[in-house]
Parts: sequence; structure tokens; C-alpha cells
Amino acid sequence: MDFLRPAGWEEALAAKAEHPTAVPIAGGTDLMVEINFDHRRPEYLMDLNRIVELGEWEVGEDTVRLGPSVPYSRIMEHLRAELPGLALASHTVASPQIRNRGGVGGNLGTASPAGDAHPALLAAGAEVEVESVRGSRRIPIDDFYTGVKRNALAEDELIKWIHIRKADGPQQFSKVGTRNAMVIAVCAFGLALHPATRTVRTGIGSAAPTPVRAREAEEFLTAALDEGGCWENGRAVPPAVARQFAELAAGACNPIDDVRGSAKYRRHAVTVMARRTLGWTWDEFRGVRRDDNGSARCA
Amino acid sequence: MHTTDTTTARDTTTARDTTVTRAPGPAPAGLTQNSAVRGGIGESTLRPDGTLKVTGEFAYASDLWHEDMLWGFTLRSPHAHARITSVDVSEALRTPGVYAVMTHDDLPAATRYGLEFTDTPVLADGVVRYHGEPVALVAADHPETARRAAARIHVDYDPLPLVVDEATALADDAPVLHPDRDDHHAPYVPHPNMVHRQPIKRGDVAAAEALADVVVSGEYEVGMQDQAFLGPESGLAVPAEDGGVDLYIATQWLHADLRQIAPVLGLPEDKVRMTLSGVGGAFGGREDLSMQAHACLLALRTGKPVKIVYNRFESFFGHVHRHPAKLWYEHGATRDGRLVHLKARIVLDGGAYASSSAAVVGNAASLSVGPYAVDNVDVEAVALYTNNPPCGAMRGFGAVQACFAYEAQMDKVAAELGMDPVEFRQLNAMTQGTAMPTGQVVDSPAPVAELLRRVKAMPMPPARQWESAGEGADIRALPGGLSNTTHGEGVVRGVGYAVGIKNVGFSEGFDDYSTARVRLESVGGEPVATVHTAMAEVGQGGVTVHAQIARTELGVTQVTIHPADTRVGSAGSTSASRQTYVTGGAVKNSCEAVRERVLEMGRRKFGSHHPAWATAELRLEGGKVVTDGGEALAGLADVLEDEAIDIELEWRHRPTQALDRQTGQGFGHVQYSFAAHRAVVEVDTELGLVKVIELACAQDVGKALNPLSVIGQIQGGTTQGLGLAVMEEIVVAEDGRVRNPSFTDYLIPTILDTPSIPVDVLELADDNAPYGLRGVGEAPTLSSTPAVVAAVRDATGLALSRVPVRPEHITGT
Repeated sequence: MDFLRPAGWEEALAAKAEHPTAVPIAGGTDLMVEINFDHRRPEYLMDLNRIVELGEWEVGEDTVRLGPSVPYSRIMEHLRAELPGLALASHTVASPQIRNRGGVGGNLGTASPAGDAHPALLAAGAEVEVESVRGSRRIPIDDFYTGVKRNALAEDELIKWIHIRKADGPQQFSKVGTRNAMVIAVCAFGLALHPATRTVRTGIGSAAPTPVRAREAEEFLTAALDEGGCWENGRAVPPAVARQFAELAAGACNPIDDVRGSAKYRRHAVTVMARRTLGWTWDEFRGVRRDDNGSARCA
Repeated sequence: MHTTDTTTARDTTTARDTTVTRAPGPAPAGLTQNSAVRGGIGESTLRPDGTLKVTGEFAYASDLWHEDMLWGFTLRSPHAHARITSVDVSEALRTPGVYAVMTHDDLPAATRYGLEFTDTPVLADGVVRYHGEPVALVAADHPETARRAAARIHVDYDPLPLVVDEATALADDAPVLHPDRDDHHAPYVPHPNMVHRQPIKRGDVAAAEALADVVVSGEYEVGMQDQAFLGPESGLAVPAEDGGVDLYIATQWLHADLRQIAPVLGLPEDKVRMTLSGVGGAFGGREDLSMQAHACLLALRTGKPVKIVYNRFESFFGHVHRHPAKLWYEHGATRDGRLVHLKARIVLDGGAYASSSAAVVGNAASLSVGPYAVDNVDVEAVALYTNNPPCGAMRGFGAVQACFAYEAQMDKVAAELGMDPVEFRQLNAMTQGTAMPTGQVVDSPAPVAELLRRVKAMPMPPARQWESAGEGADIRALPGGLSNTTHGEGVVRGVGYAVGIKNVGFSEGFDDYSTARVRLESVGGEPVATVHTAMAEVGQGGVTVHAQIARTELGVTQVTIHPADTRVGSAGSTSASRQTYVTGGAVKNSCEAVRERVLEMGRRKFGSHHPAWATAELRLEGGKVVTDGGEALAGLADVLEDEAIDIELEWRHRPTQALDRQTGQGFGHVQYSFAAHRAVVEVDTELGLVKVIELACAQDVGKALNPLSVIGQIQGGTTQGLGLAVMEEIVVAEDGRVRNPSFTDYLIPTILDTPSIPVDVLELADDNAPYGLRGVGEAPTLSSTPAVVAAVRDATGLALSRVPVRPEHITGT
């Protein structure tokens, strides 16, 4: 195995063009596990840690430009206001040690359906800026995941930035695991309200071959909220609407039975998470907080 | 004048020069408490290796190193049952850097080994019987080279029909996994795929059943738990000039390893010298051999030191697990709440090789009733040979599976009678004087009702704690924690109780002795004791306790714990909650012999100076010989001068008896230990996620030699029981393959899953035991699991007859 250590971005692109099988490594929190288990033996490893800008971020007018190597712990600490869904998701990534090393670029590069960042990115709305010696392009997050552990990157491309829409409304992220910390998702759900466009977006993890949005659920809820004038009057979402939204979210799943959970449970759990996260985000939008019984009241 | 008693001719190296004797790299250092530690028995002295372990400085067996050592690697079977039709090692041998490749055909002497049955091939002998069975070994100059070369060994397999459960194991036409059995149970089992069968019959069940007002039955299942110790199997074998080998190894019982390894190497036992290396936990999983014989074989074959260290993946295949079990129970009770009979059948899956399955059967059968007085009992426990992973010792050893079932039954019977589940248990609780179903009358305290009373009396943790915190509410207090699955929705509290009974020490007539060598000498004018045993320190705390015993018995402050090795006699296994009792007893016994010798020396030297030498009861205290009135007669240093007392003695607890093969009657166990738990859980009933809020425990320990260690054992055992209740299971697919051999998918509790564990320790002396102590380590593992599940049942109203409880079970998905 050869170890490439480009000193800068241009050099990295050149190396990737020359060695298309090279696997980029930054935090190594996923890749090194694969290598240690002998599941993978790449011909080349390309260490991106010398490229400082990959670990930086910039908060713009409408988006956050996030470096792929920015560790989850920094997202939790510094981007909670701009990227609340991703910050919540970051909290659920493995252990503190792993959160200090791993970043969103690794999640995207691996494109595992269980990656914790995906539902939050799908719900917030994001574009992945990739580059090669041939030039750069932006891939909408909706088009990024192409199959089980496959993404839309060409073999000579590297992830340069992730452009994530700044939150214009409440966002939530929920993840089911069979342990109370440090657990791979059995399934996960992300929800973002976008009052600016009067839309909602969702993201589902570990319940289909790829991370997916629950588009029918989104469209149904967007229409229901419009119809009820809810964005203006701030009324509570009728329970029947929440139930329907949750059922449609489960309908977007195409889960499998595996050692972590049954397909039936995953569908069920997505239903519960969709209903609960809708309640939390909508209450936040309306400016109410939860009282002791978990029900909504005026602030 | 001759005063030095060397009962053996063995070399008398002390720990002061261990930096020389433990030549190859870092063997465990720091096992001697620093000179500031003073405590005798009953004091919470700190572990000498504690700081090293929490700061990552402690040298474990995986840190062993020797110049120009080779790395061994094991090629394992991908099939659960197959015939090996051909093995071609030529490509592997041609790999640069490879020094040796070994298969079954290359073995020099005995080809099988085993703890109790000699049924386990050193390397697969034409057939593999489980997924992960060792087939070939490689030694190379780099671990990666060894692994690459192993991948170049071409093995052709012809899959055979699988034996996976009772139906396939005991069918008339079942494939017989071990056709040439010659073990001592073979003549008595009804089918060759049954390892052992132990009935327990007492009283008249049929008559009792007729008198029962209620009869309650249930079927229960326990999944395959793993010990999940943190330090993977590892050791270093160094060939010696005399044709022998020195093995540095993390194990639970040096001498049992030695007895199994030497015949495989074709060497006499004195040519195989073993030294304990740093052990990262055991819990039963190091009782069987893993890489010991393999590393020695490669070292002798290559003439070079060979290290083998398993990675986490391989570790899941490298040791036995807890027997998965199916249990059927039926209890009868009178309307006023008296248990009148028990019928039970316990089926344990032993997997491909026997390991300690037979002894696990004995425990499951003899402890099947639990800590209750039931006069009419008809029980059968069996273990099977299957093509599943081999199962053997794990903390609780057969008693864990039984406890899950009988405690579930206690709640069920109490509910049927409309009684409070704790009061019902207390009404039927055994006491000192109760006859076990084996007929053995329990002759020391059995405070079962009192333990239940104590856990019930503990204050309840406040309800819905995440709410009382107001705006700063911490969702880590909720099921799901930071995964943010609930802010209180669907969360229901439940409370459950359980109590268990565990035997201490090896049972059924086993000669369960230990050996301690104690040396006392004066160094620089100060008396210093050295304690040398072969006890494997696996985390249980023998290293503090032995020093405490020596301080108490010999009145010294300076005690050196010699590294454990085979230059001293066997200490027996660090298992069955036995080491403080048995090796602690041996240390006490040898100290007493040393003390007698000191007093003899003192009488000879100073007897004429003071009449008390002849007339008073004398003790050793504060470095002096003192009368029972506290008067100092002489300093130990003055008594010893330049002579050393050095005594090695074996020590035995009172003998036990084999259980009758038909009735299970017999004085089977040395001692019993008891613990009770109250579990408080909060369950997200919609998502099926569980947060254990508190696991209160009360346990009788007879005498807490080191109270801090006792609390640690109880909290650790409690947590391991929690793991079995809600998450820990090795999942075996229908094809016999292990599906989750990693910590990614074999989940053990994190600190966020571990509740507050208030512990109430009772000290009711067992007069048969040294200092009245009672083994501690296992009992809390038993009752923790059923208490948690009872609490989840209380929260959900579900029957939940299987552990671990999964979200699917709670949500019906």
C-alpha cells in the first residue's frame, strides 16, 4: 500500500488523477476500521491532513461552506445556530474521540446509508462541491447518493466543500440505536422546516439502500401546512396530519432485516421519529416550548 | 543454625529483581503496592496497577515484545461444519518473510486438548465443527505478512449437514459430531451429541402438584453473551536452550494451561515455563486455551520467539461464550403463597467442543430452584454438542441462565396469586438450614429475605428527572440519550426485583486447592514479606488482597507480590468467585506457618528474656512480636536477623461431592453467595428503547477484605448483567456463522447505559471460610439481568421471555 501525502489541494488533485484508485483519508475513523478488519486494502491511501483549508469553514449569507475535514466536535461547538440539524447529528456520532477526528467528508465519501450526517444534510439542503484536474462541479445532495456505499464522485474527483443552507427555521435529528451512546444507527430521521420557502425537507438514514428524502411526506406536509395557513397562524399541526406525515415517511423507507434491527422495526421507528420531530420543530416554530408533560403550550 | 524452611528447591527470586527475570519486554510491572500503602484486611487499599491502567501505561500481554520475534497468525474455518478435502500450503510457504506454516499434519505430539474433555483439535483434523475453528498457523517476520500468507493457504471444504439446536442434535439420524467420545460422561448420555445430562430429583413432585392451588409455567430463552474482555488474547513464546519454551501469557489459570500445552508440545511440564502477563479482563473467557499451544508450537518449530495477538474480530472466535439456553419452568404454589413444587428443563447449547459444558450443566441443575425453599423438585439440565460457537465459562456459569427463568417465574406466580412479588419471594426465601434440591443443607448465613428487604427499602430515584432540570434538561437521562429520540414522549417507568444464588469455588468433588509461597526476611532492618502464587490477576483484586492478608497475618508493612508463574504450585483458576477464598486462604495458611516459624525462632533466641514467650498468645504486629495484651517482646528484624523464612504450602477448602447421576443428590458446593437487585428503568414504549435509571444491589460478602474492590466487583457484575438484559448477544446465523464479531455490532454498556448502582454490603460470616468471607464476583451478575427485565415488563406489560430484550420485542416489530 502506498501512502500519498499531497502538500496542497492542486497536488492532491494531480495525485488523484494519476492514481484514481487512491482512497482519501482524513480522520480515518471509518477507513482505518475497514483496513484493520481487512475488509479493504486500497492500493493507495491519500492523506489529506496537510491541506489545512479542508478543515475550515465559512459562514456566508445563505450557506455555510464546510470543509470536509471539519471534525464533528467543531460543528457541535461552532455551527449549532447555522446548522442545528447537523449539530444534533454530530452529537450522535460515535464517541468524543471519534468526533474529534471524523468529519462530514468521510460520511459523504463512504456514503454508507448509516452515516449520521446524511439525514441532516438532506433535510437542510446542501451541495457537494467536488473537483478534479478537469475542473469543479456542484452535486446537489439529492443526487449525491447513488447506491449502497456509492456516491456520484468520478474516480478522479475529491470533495472540496460542502455548501449547506443555513437554517431558516427549526431543525431536528433523531437516531435510533440499541445503546444510549456510541452506536451505529438502526435508523435515523432528520427534519428541517424552511419557513422562508414554506417548505419542509426530510432525510432518512439506514432505512433504504441509500440515505433518502421522504418526498411524498414532505409534499403532503407542505400542502397541509399551506392549506391550513399554518405558517401564518402558527396553529398546531392536527394530529391526523402528523400521523399521515409519519406514515408517508415510513413509506419512503426500503429497509432490510439485519443484525442491527428488523425492517419492520425500522419502518415503525421512522414513523415515531417523524411524528416526534415534527412536533418538536413545529412547536419551536410557533414559539412554544414543551411543558412537563411533553405537550405544547404558549410561551 | 538452620532456620530457613524451603519446602521446595525452587529458585527464590523475589520481585526486586523481576526486571531481570521478566526478560522479554514489558511483562506486568507495578503489581506491588507502593510503600505508602499500609492496610490489612478490611481496608480499602488501592490497586497498584489502577493508575497505570486508567492512564494507559499498564503493559498488557498484547504489549509483549522480543527482539527478532516472529508473529503468528491463525487461519480459521469459514464454515460451521465441513470436511477438509485438501490443504495446500505451498504458496503461503513461498511468501517472503514466512518462517513456518503448520497444519494438523505437522503436530509433533498430542493433537487434542481440553479443560475437562480432551476433544478439541489443536488444529482441525480433517473436519471443522464451527465457524472460526483454527485450521493452520503461520509464523512470519511481520503480522501483515503472516496474515497475507494465511490467505494463500488453499483449503478445500466439503460442507456437512449442520447441528444447530436440540432437534437437529438429538435426532436419531443426527450427524454425530464426536463419534469417538471417551470422556467420563459419554457412557451415561442418551445421545452422543449430548455432552452431559444432570437430573435433580427431590421429594414427590406428582403429589405436590396435586396440592398446588396454582400452577404456572413458562418458556424462557437466554442469548449467547460474550465476555467482551478488553484485552484480546495474546502471548509470547520464547524457545529455550534446553529444548523447552517460556510462555508469557494472559490467562486465568497457568497450571491448567500447562497441563494441556505440554502434551501438545511433547514436552514434560517442567520444560514449559509460564509467566502471567498483563491480563485485560477474563470473565471466564480465558479459562480455555486460545493461542497458547499455537505460539509454543511455532516457537519450537522456528527456533524463534513467536508472538500471537488476536485482533477484536478474531477474539470473538478465539474464546468460548456464555451458553445460550432454552428453559422450561413450572412452579406450583398454594393460595397462601407457598411454593410446593418445581419442574424444569434447561437446555444449554455447548457448541462444537465441550469446554466446561459439563460443569455448567451441574451448576444450572443444582442452582435451578434459585434461593428458595422448595421441597419437591424434578429438574433436568443438559448441554448439547452443536456446530455453533463453543460455549464454556462466563461469569455466573449456568446460574445466570437459571436465574433469568426462575425470577421471571417468581413474578409470574406472584401475579397469579395477587401477591407483591417481593413479599412472595421473601415468603419462600431459603435461610441457613434450608436443604438445597441436591439435599445439601446450607450451613452458613443465607440472608435472602433480608437482601430483598434492603434493596426494596432504598430510596427511589426521582421520577422523570429530565423534566425537573427545567430549561437545562439533559436528554442523556432519557432512553436514547443524545440520539434525541424522545423528549419524554412514550416514556414509562418500571421497577423490578430479583435475587439469585451462586456457588463459590469448583464443585462436585473437584480437588479445588491453591498454593502460596510466603517468604519473610529482614531487608535493611525492616521485615519484608514476599507472596508468590500462580494466581492470575485478571482484575479481581488479588494483588491487593494478598498483600493485605500478609500484612494482617505477619504484622509487616512491606509486602511484595511476586509475579505469577509456574515456578510455584497451582493456584487454581481465577473463576467461580474463588480466588479470594481459595488462594487468599492459601496465603493466610502459609502466613500462619511462617508466623509459627518466626515464633519458634523468637523463642529460641529470646525465650529466656521474658516469660511471655512461653506462656502468652503471641501475635505479629507493627513489625514486632507482641503478646495478646499488646506488649512488644522483640522486633521481627531482630528475630530474623539475616535469615529468611520461606514456606510454600497447598491449601484446600472442605471437600465437595459429585452429584448422583440419577437424582442429583450430593454435597456439591463449597459455599453459596447471594445478591439481590432492584432495577428502575425508563422505557420509551413506542420505540422500545430502555434507559436503566438505577440498579440497587444488596449482597452478603461474609467479610469484605477490600471494601472498595468489593463494591467494584458488585458494580461490574451488575453492569455485565445489565448488558445481557438489554443489548449483549452474539448472533449466529442459520448457517452457524457469527454475524456480529466486532464491538460495532456486539454492544456492551457504555457509561451512559450504566446507571447509578447503590450497593448495600452485608458481612455475615461463613465460619467455614477464611475470615468468614464469601466469594463476590459472580452473584451480582445473576440477579441484575432478571431485575432489569422485570422492570421493563412492569413498564410495558409485556411478557418478555427472552434476553437480551430488543426494541423489536417491546414494539412488536
